[in-house]
Amino acid sequence: MTITEEQSDAAAGVTGLTARTQRTANSIFAGLSVTSASLILVVLAAVATFLLVEAWPAITDTSGELASRVEWIDPEIGESLIQIIGFLVFGTILISTIALLIATPLSIGIALFISHYAPRKLAAGLGYVIDLLAAIPSVVYGLWGAIVLLPAIQPFYNWLGTTLGWIPLFAPDPTTGVVSATGRVALSAGIVLAIMIIPIITAVTREVFLQTPRLHEEAALAMGATRWEMIRMAVFPFGRSGMIGATMLGLGRALGETMAVYMILSPGLSYSFGILQAGNHNTIASYIASQFPEANSQGVAALITMGLALFVITLLVNMLARWVVSRRAAFSGAN
Amino acid sequence: MAKRIDINNLNVYYSDFLAVEDVSLAIEPKSVTAFIGPSGCGKSTFLRTLNRMHEVIPGARVEGEVLMDGVNLYDARIDPVAVRRHVGMVFQRPNPFPTMSIAENVLAGLKLNNRRMSKVEAAEVVESSLRGANLWEEVKDRLDKPGSSLSGGQQQRLCIARAIAIKPDVLLMDEPCSALDPISTLAIEDLISELKSSYTIVIVTHNMQQAARVSDRTAFFNIAGTGKPGKLIEMNDTSTIFSTPSEKSTEDYISGRFG
Ligand SMILES: Nc1ncnc2c1ncn2[C@@H]1O[C@H](COP(=O)(O)OP(=O)(O)OP(=O)(O)O)[C@@H](O)[C@H]1O
Ligand SMILES: [Mg+2]
Repeated sequence: MTITEEQSDAAAGVTGLTARTQRTANSIFAGLSVTSASLILVVLAAVATFLLVEAWPAITDTSGELASRVEWIDPEIGESLIQIIGFLVFGTILISTIALLIATPLSIGIALFISHYAPRKLAAGLGYVIDLLAAIPSVVYGLWGAIVLLPAIQPFYNWLGTTLGWIPLFAPDPTTGVVSATGRVALSAGIVLAIMIIPIITAVTREVFLQTPRLHEEAALAMGATRWEMIRMAVFPFGRSGMIGATMLGLGRALGETMAVYMILSPGLSYSFGILQAGNHNTIASYIASQFPEANSQGVAALITMGLALFVITLLVNMLARWVVSRRAAFSGAN
Repeated sequence: MAKRIDINNLNVYYSDFLAVEDVSLAIEPKSVTAFIGPSGCGKSTFLRTLNRMHEVIPGARVEGEVLMDGVNLYDARIDPVAVRRHVGMVFQRPNPFPTMSIAENVLAGLKLNNRRMSKVEAAEVVESSLRGANLWEEVKDRLDKPGSSLSGGQQQRLCIARAIAIKPDVLLMDEPCSALDPISTLAIEDLISELKSSYTIVIVTHNMQQAARVSDRTAFFNIAGTGKPGKLIEMNDTSTIFSTPSEKSTEDYISGRFG
């Protein structure tokens, strides 16, 4: 024991091959990164466990106790807990999809403009503004949406309803024959969410676009590609997984957004695709926020069940994104 | 197809910095012209002005004329994108598109020209271009694999195949072998000698033997000191440059008594 220690000390002293401090730093760092990586898993498991445990009484309720103790649960009119969750999941996905459909192309456009079209000074200024926009709290977006956007956009909805009303998406309210007069509809919520998530998607995609290897950009240009063709050949394929990641980040924010939706949407429960009709939709997050203050213990369990549903949606969306990214991993340029 | 290039009194600037000063030379069609000279003397800079690739660098500009079969590439009516479809380029580091398969890489330039191609036609172009780049036998069974799955030397030949697929008039090569092993280098040198029969080729190289082996004419560039512009010192038949150069600095450089 002592002999080997002496020997290794001597070896270290003579050859200087073992840099002790470096090795310690290395193992500390390795330990740190392993710890933090496992910490994430632990937190994820803890959240899942919390949701499951708290939601259990509501999930396993068969005696009808839930319906009698929670006033907004009413199986008689088709609003049992599971049915409400169904409506809310639909509303959440509908509104988030609207937001993504609007935000993704716009964000990619802005990011491309900043990374490949704008003069350098303008690009720096714009990048700064986008970063600032990402930091604005959602309540502010909600207020702006309710006070400025709704009155401004309502005439446009009228026009949509009269000219394109034959498309189910823009159909007017069947009872009144016109679109909502307040503009407190799913489309408005989607638009405000889109504006909210544009900065984050833009900021991430811009970084990704800037990372495109100059080598590949020049390869395209040297073959006689125009700038747009170069972007399609070199920038987009290279940034594909980054763009998906950025979109997922935006979607995550949209799915969980509470205040902006709560302040804009006139809530309701249905499976309607009429995004110009008020009182038809709600999202999980906004529903939880509206019911939570008045909820008794059974009510809380029911609301947490909804939280669990949101958690599952987010996980599924992320897994889908991962699968999409990994499908062409061999062609990603990572090797 | 192959065209001659005449350069008259060309200055190249990066913003205010004069990188290459007053170069005039002629590049013969269906021949290989080599540019040699110490690092930083502006060989790459000059080469890129022959297909207006310097214009993708902010602030880079030229004064003077580059005439391709008598047409000035810097005429206001000339579209730089069109120039690059006639003057192809191969870079120092192989740069196939990693997101495309081998076949897609070869076809990338043709797709740009928005030509609708039948499957048969595309397959013919892929085969003839890869054969032209001496790569066909090695990749014919895995044309749908990513271009980045090839070795460095194969990737460089893929880049050459991609460049010749659009049938350019001129092929520019900036140190095409500097990232490659001797065997791959030989393969590319053989290829250059073959391509000479159909293209005008300009190659930048740091390897004297390579210049001596592949080129018909050699231009020696030099620089007086850091911050000074690079200049053309002399240009002549390769055999003359390597046996009896007229300038002392050329002799010093090729005999290795220099930077
Ligand atoms: N993008 C750029 N912006 C500003 N200056 C540049 C740029 N590229 C090159 N230069 C300058 O222009 C001069 C010529 O560079 P160039 O790359 O053409 O030399 P080279 O002869 O190709 O050298 P090497 O043999 O090392 O490749 C150098 O002084 C270099 O610093
Ligand atoms: Mg160079």
